Amino acid sequence: MFGWEFPPHIAGGLGTACYGMTRGLAENGVEVLFVMPSASGDEDQSYVKIINASDVACTLVSENVDEFLGKVSFVRIGSNMIPYVDPEDFSALVEEEQTRQKKEFRMQFGAKYRFSGKYGTNLMEEVARYAAVGAEIALENDFDVIHAHDWLTYYAGIAAKNVSGKPLVIHVHATEFDRSGENVNTQVFDIEKRGMEAADRVITVSDLTRNIVVNRYGIDPSKVVTVHNAVDFGNKEGVEVKRAVKEKVVTFLGRITFQKGPEYFIEAAARVLKRCDNVRFVMAGSGDMFNRCVKHVAKLGIADKFHFTGFLRGADVQKMFALSDVYVMPSVSEPFGISPLEAMKTNVPSIISKQSGVAEVLKYAIKVDFWDINAMADAIYALINYPALADMAARCGMDEVNALKWTAAAARIRRVYESVVVK
Amino acid sequence: MKKTVCLYFQVHQPDRLRQYRFFDICRDSHYYDDFANRTVLKRVAERCYLPANRMLLDLIRKHEGAFKVAFSVSGSVIEQFERYAPEVIDSFRELADTGCVEFLCETYYHSLASLVSPKEFASQVKKHAKTIKEYFGKEPSAFRNTELIYSDGIASMLYKLGFKTVLTEGAKHILGWKSPDYVYNNPAHPDQKILLRNFTLSDDIAFRFSDTSWAEWPVTADKFAAWLGDDSREGEIVNLFMDYETFGEHQKASSGIFDFLAYLPEAILSKGGFEFLTPSEAAAKHESVGDLEIAHPISWADEERDTSAWLGNELQNEAFSKLYALEEKIADINDAAILSDYGKLQESDHFYYMCTKFFSDGAVHKYFNPYDTPYEAFINYMNVLSDFIARVNDALTTAVSSKEALPTPVKPKRRKSSL
Repeated sequence: MFGWEFPPHIAGGLGTACYGMTRGLAENGVEVLFVMPSASGDEDQSYVKIINASDVACTLVSENVDEFLGKVSFVRIGSNMIPYVDPEDFSALVEEEQTRQKKEFRMQFGAKYRFSGKYGTNLMEEVARYAAVGAEIALENDFDVIHAHDWLTYYAGIAAKNVSGKPLVIHVHATEFDRSGENVNTQVFDIEKRGMEAADRVITVSDLTRNIVVNRYGIDPSKVVTVHNAVDFGNKEGVEVKRAVKEKVVTFLGRITFQKGPEYFIEAAARVLKRCDNVRFVMAGSGDMFNRCVKHVAKLGIADKFHFTGFLRGADVQKMFALSDVYVMPSVSEPFGISPLEAMKTNVPSIISKQSGVAEVLKYAIKVDFWDINAMADAIYALINYPALADMAARCGMDEVNALKWTAAAARIRRVYESVVVK
Repeated sequence: MKKTVCLYFQVHQPDRLRQYRFFDICRDSHYYDDFANRTVLKRVAERCYLPANRMLLDLIRKHEGAFKVAFSVSGSVIEQFERYAPEVIDSFRELADTGCVEFLCETYYHSLASLVSPKEFASQVKKHAKTIKEYFGKEPSAFRNTELIYSDGIASMLYKLGFKTVLTEGAKHILGWKSPDYVYNNPAHPDQKILLRNFTLSDDIAFRFSDTSWAEWPVTADKFAAWLGDDSREGEIVNLFMDYETFGEHQKASSGIFDFLAYLPEAILSKGGFEFLTPSEAAAKHESVGDLEIAHPISWADEERDTSAWLGNELQNEAFSKLYALEEKIADINDAAILSDYGKLQESDHFYYMCTKFFSDGAVHKYFNPYDTPYEAFINYMNVLSDFIARVNDALTTAVSSKEALPTPVKPKRRKSSL
C-alpha cells in the first residue's frame, strides 16, 4: 500500500483514513506493507509494517534503469517540451535528454533519496522519485495487490505494477476537481487520469466522487467501486471541557479554502445573529481564504460574535468540538468529509452540505445545499433554539457514527482485492 | 522680535495585548502581555527616556533658562512607569522642577475618543490633566490630541474644557500656500491658538537622521541650525514635534543622535535670532495671523495625514464601533477594573496594528508591533473585546438586580402596569 502520510504526522484526513483502513484490513486478515515517503519512526505499527521510502536505496542495474526510465520517463519529459523542432533534432534532443536523465538517475537514485513527505514546492519531483522507490520496493517484496492512495502515489503504484505484474487498486480520496473547482492543475489531472486508467480497480470514497471519476475522467464505470470511509475513535473519548461562554457555540472546523465553503458559513452566521443574540460562531483552521474571511466578518459587523482560532492541533480540536453546540460543514465539494463524524461522536449535532460524500451515509445530520445560506441559517437557528431537535440529532447521530466501523469498510476493500486477484 | 523654536516630545507606550484565544473568552480576563510590555518599557527607558532626560536636564542647567522643551506623557505610559520603571518618573519630575519644561495635556489613554464621543473624550482629558498635576505639579494649559488629531470640532470641545493652545500637524493639504511657521487660530474662537508642526524639519530629525541614502546625511546641529536661520525662511516660529523615542530608540545612539541633541541648543542660540519657548509661552507671545479652518480630522500619521491609519479599513471600523457601542452601558458601571480595561482597549495603537496600508508607511507601522499581520491583530483584539463585552453585561445585570433587590417593593402589580 502506497500512502503519503500516516499518523501522528498528518496534514489532512488522508493519513487518518489510511490508519483506520490498515487496522480494519488487519482485522479482516489482510497483511499490509505500508510505504510512505518519510516515516518518523513513531507511527503505530501494531497493524501494519511501515516502509520508509527514504530508507530504500535504489540498486537497480543499468539495463533495469533503461527499462525503468522507459516506464517513468513520462514523469520528467512533461517539463521539457520544445515546440517547433524537426524530427531529427527532436530525436537528438530526446537522446541527449535520456543520457542526461540516466546519468542523473544514477547519481541521485543510486543512493537513498530523502523525501520530505510534505506538500512543498518540489512536490512533483518527490512524486516522481517516489515512483522510482515504488518500483524498487515492488522488486524486493512479495505481495498480491498494490493499493495506492491519491494522486501523489499513483506513479509509485503504476511503477510497482509494471515491475511486478501484480494488480493495482487506486483509491480516490479526492480529485483535482474537489481541490481546485474548475481551475484544475492539468499536471495533477493528468497523473490522476493515468493512475485511474492503469488501475484494475478504482475505489472512491463516495458516490459523489465515483460520478466525478466516471464523468470527468472517463473511467469505465464497471471498474469503479464506492467504499465509504469509516471512522475509528479509539480512546479519544472523554475530553471534559468546562464551558466558559454562556452563548451557544456554532463551529466550522477545517481548512479555510474555497472547497470548504467558509463564506457560506459566515453569511449564514450573519443571518442567525440578526435573529438571536445567544450564539457565538467559531471558524477554526487556516487557509488561503483566511484573510478574506476575516475581512468579510468585519464588513458584516459581527466580529464580536464571530471568532477565529487559527489552525488547531491535537487536543485543541477535541476541545473545540467539546465546546460546540452545532457543527457546520458547508463544503462546496467534499469527496467524503470525516469532520462531521468527529463532531457527532462528541455529541454535537451537525449540519452538512449535500455536496459532501458523508451525506450519503448519514441520516441524522441536517443536510443543506452549500449555497443555500438561508436554509443553513434556519438549521443553525433550529438546533440552538429547539433542544428537542438538538437532543435527537445528537443522540441518533452518535449511534449512527458508532455503526461506521473500519472493519466493515475494510471487508468491502478486501472483496475488491479478491475480485482482481482471482482475475 | 526673536523667532521661536518650540520643541515638544511625545512619550507613550501602549498596553500590548497577550495572545488571547477564543478558548480564553469568559475564562481569563487578563488581557495584557506583561512580559512584552515590561521588556519594551525597560529597554526604551534604558536607551531613551533615562539618558535623554539626563541630557535635557544638563542642557537646561547649562543654558540657565534659555533652553526649554515640552512633553506629553500619556496616562498609559505613566502607569507602566509606575509598575516597571519608577525611576523614569523621578527623572521627569526633576525636569519639571527646573521650570523650563511644560507638560501638555492629552487623552489619558492615548485614545481616539475625540473622533467618536465628546463625553468620553472630556472624561479622559480631565483624567489626564489631573494626573499631570499630581505628578508634575502644574495644571496643563496646552493640549495635543492623540497623534495630533485635530479638527474645528475637536478644537471647540477643547475650548470648552479650557484649552486655549492646541498643537497639531502642519498638513500640506490643509495649509495649501500657508506656512506652518506662524500661529493660527480656530475660526470659532479667535483666542484659541493653533501651533503647527513643521513636518519637514521635524522629520529630518525623527525619520531621516540616520538615513545614509539621504542627500543631506549626516545632519549636524550646526547644519540644522543653519537651515533654521536661513534668511529666505519666513515665519515667526518653528515647531519641532516628534516622538521622544526618536532619541536612542528609533535613531540609535550609535547614529550620533545624542551628540546632535547635546549641541543643538547652543548651535541655535548662537545664531542670535532665536529663542526656545514652550507651547503655552509661544502661543502667548505670537499673535495669530489668521483663521485656520479644518473641517475634517487631520493627524501627523502617514502620507495622508488623516485618520486612515486607525480607521481606514473595515477591520478597524468594526473593532472601533463595537468598542464604543459599550459607552452607554459603561456609564452605569462603577467598577475600577472594567473602567481601566475600557480605557486601555481604547488605546489607538490597537487599531494602528490593524492597518493594512503597509506599503508606503510599513516601517513605522511595524515598529513596536507585536503582530505579524493586521488580521491577527484584529482577531486577537476582537477575542479580548468579546470577553470584555461579556464582563460589562454581567456587571450590568448584577448592578441592576442589586438595585432592584434593595428596595424590594411589595407592589409587583403596580410595576407591571408601568411597563
